[in-house]
Amino acid sequence: MMAGMTVIVRTISRLLFPFLFLFGVYIVVHGHLTPGGGFQGGVALAAAVLMLLLAYGMEGAQAKVNALQAELAESLGGLILVWMGLMGIIVGLAFFKNVLPFGSLGQVLSAGSLPVFNFGVGIKVATGLLTIFYAMLRIGGGEE
Amino acid sequence: MSLNYIIAMMLFTLGIYCLLFKRNLMKMVIGLQVMTNGLHLFLISLGYREGGIAPILAGEMLERGAAAELAAAAVDPVPQALVLTSIVINVCTMALALSLAVYTYRHYGTLNPFRIRRLKG
Amino acid sequence: MNRIVALGMVLIVGALLVFTVNEYLLPFGTFPERRIGSFENESIGQRILRDAPETTGSANVVTSIVWDYRGYDTLGEATILFTAVCGVAMLFRVTRRRS
Repeated sequence: MMAGMTVIVRTISRLLFPFLFLFGVYIVVHGHLTPGGGFQGGVALAAAVLMLLLAYGMEGAQAKVNALQAELAESLGGLILVWMGLMGIIVGLAFFKNVLPFGSLGQVLSAGSLPVFNFGVGIKVATGLLTIFYAMLRIGGGEE
Repeated sequence: MSLNYIIAMMLFTLGIYCLLFKRNLMKMVIGLQVMTNGLHLFLISLGYREGGIAPILAGEMLERGAAAELAAAAVDPVPQALVLTSIVINVCTMALALSLAVYTYRHYGTLNPFRIRRLKG
Repeated sequence: MNRIVALGMVLIVGALLVFTVNEYLLPFGTFPERRIGSFENESIGQRILRDAPETTGSANVVTSIVWDYRGYDTLGEATILFTAVCGVAMLFRVTRRRS
């Protein structure tokens, strides 16, 4: 159904995929220091896998991220988000309160539970968009 | 009259024209997107300050420890945070709208909204 | 005939919108001095800019608004994303025909 592209496109996309993935992870992790955060980094991660889907066809993208793995990871991201929010109630303060230790201003390990929120939502958005693409192209799931 | 507000309202009007005058479901969805872009531009331009910087504490100000200078020189961060949420909601709505358009095309064979009136059993 | 009337109405609405955002009703670039009615206190954006780096511990004020001051809205937005993915996956479901 969905064939790949020529040799030049396949080689370049295979060489570029780690850098795009690393850039998406950088946007997610530095969400509380530079412009970015969970939503923007998640879209960059989904675009990296989508580039592989265009260049290699269905089988190449399935080798990297399965359809079943994408659906499970989306629910995992949502669970991380809600669990971090419930941590506020367990400690004794309000729901969704910043309860982890703060650290010093401007370092990566600062701002309490904000990096955990960014990480959870980054996974959720990336695999959610990937599930939408896989469902529209009829990859995985259901019999035909 | 500033350029930001005028362009935002012209984009909104263009979106309304596209919704009223086109007879194709995909073009109507594109018109909705143009309207939303105009509104987002309008909302962000509401919080502008003359000669303001971005509301991020970085670089030289962070090393000096001058967090109080940010409150005197930065633009309004609240509309930017709310427009971020609105962009994500817009993406989800458009994904569902386009899926419904594809589903309608498979069922009826046409994308003209004036011909999708018969009820097929 | 109907299309000419509709085109005229779109142009009237467009002109109304463009003439409403002039310099008297909506000044551009006056973020802290703009007061609506007789509201004399500090605006919420100014107060968040002043308090956010010590109260939240993050250097990015917009991220601290999205996750700390307005975290509940972002949880609702994550729910919308989940609902959209469920809706699209349901619409493109492949079933086996019994024939």
